[in-house]
Amino acid sequence: MEDIKRLEEFQAKIDAGEKIEPKDWMPDAYRKNLVRMMSQHAHSEIVGMLPEGNWIQRAPSLRRKLIATAKVQDEAGHGLYLYSAAETLGTPREQLLADLHSGKAKYSSIFNYPTLTWADMGAIGWLVDGAAMVNQVSLIGTSYGPYSRAMVRICREEAFHNRQGYEIIAELCAGTEEQKEMAQDALNRWWWPAIMMFGPSDKDSTHSDQSLKWKIKAEGNDSLRQKFITMTVPQAHARGLTIPDEDLKYNEETKQWEFGEVDWDEFFNVIKGNGIMNKKRLADRNAAHDNGKWVRDAADAYNKKKKSKVA
Amino acid sequence: MTDTNQDTQWPLWEVFVQPKSGRPYQHVGSLHATDAEHALQNARDVYSRRQEGVAIWIVPAEHIVASTPEDVGPFFDPANDKVYRHPTFYKIPKGVNVDVH
Repeated sequence: MEDIKRLEEFQAKIDAGEKIEPKDWMPDAYRKNLVRMMSQHAHSEIVGMLPEGNWIQRAPSLRRKLIATAKVQDEAGHGLYLYSAAETLGTPREQLLADLHSGKAKYSSIFNYPTLTWADMGAIGWLVDGAAMVNQVSLIGTSYGPYSRAMVRICREEAFHNRQGYEIIAELCAGTEEQKEMAQDALNRWWWPAIMMFGPSDKDSTHSDQSLKWKIKAEGNDSLRQKFITMTVPQAHARGLTIPDEDLKYNEETKQWEFGEVDWDEFFNVIKGNGIMNKKRLADRNAAHDNGKWVRDAADAYNKKKKSKVA
Repeated sequence: MTDTNQDTQWPLWEVFVQPKSGRPYQHVGSLHATDAEHALQNARDVYSRRQEGVAIWIVPAEHIVASTPEDVGPFFDPANDKVYRHPTFYKIPKGVNVDVH
């Protein structure tokens, strides 16, 4: 009885547009769903450093190296904001990281695709960060206060990620035939995986209904996907690039770009761990964690030594 | 596989940043660090990569004392019925201006 009353009050608060804070009463399912979502989001930032880290040393100029380094640093920071926000719900970061490293926790399926050419750095910034931005801007409206505040920071910082990516693509498109082909090839490979980043259609998504009711997510997967596509198609056309979708057409009435069938089998296959890079990403992440152990140990030892001097 | 149990979950610190000289400090987030010096350096790296502040406070999270959501009603109740604390409560005769500009 008590719980039903609390649940009603909780829902009323959310419907009124108020934010839920860490110490507020919340249903267990709300807490669980949020920890799952925020930690997946954090893991995506951390694993997302790997495909680009791969290109820092091979970036074609000092300017591009500096940009790539700054971007990867941002992603580490974004991971930290999100782990911090998830921790406010009582799950320690160590637990979240352990779940990532054991393969139990998921991260965005997009990072299980390889970055084969320099144009892929452009496509990631333009398409992957573009899609992430659409999602994250919407998530500012999430009902959970710490998540919303982390999103405000991330969106403010991430705008440059998207722009530097489009700049790379634009430069290639203004270059030689070979460079143009490189840009088109990257678009061909990244377009559909980027579209899939928004997750399955709302009618097939296991978490969508409840998440929307509690405003864990502020907008459904399909409407965010549509927003991204309608925003991005003209950006491709402006550079003379072709979107790899034969069914793509502009609807004059709705002012939206309609798109073809998404290959959800591929999506679920990659989520299950069968993408090209799943094993490598997980191995690299584990190695990075293990190889960083001496830094954590050194910090501990230094702290102990300092304390013993004070005493 | 990593044995994360060997790791230590360092103490949690809350981070406050002063965006500009003269402005109040604002809570921006938290981080884990071994000690105050470590926390301050990490706070600079994580929360001020784009000149977001001119000064940083870090506070051990366990030292922050907070009001509880359950008591929000009675806790803030004393302010509920004191409308006379607001300037709009008062009727000022027409033709005079008492506001300081």
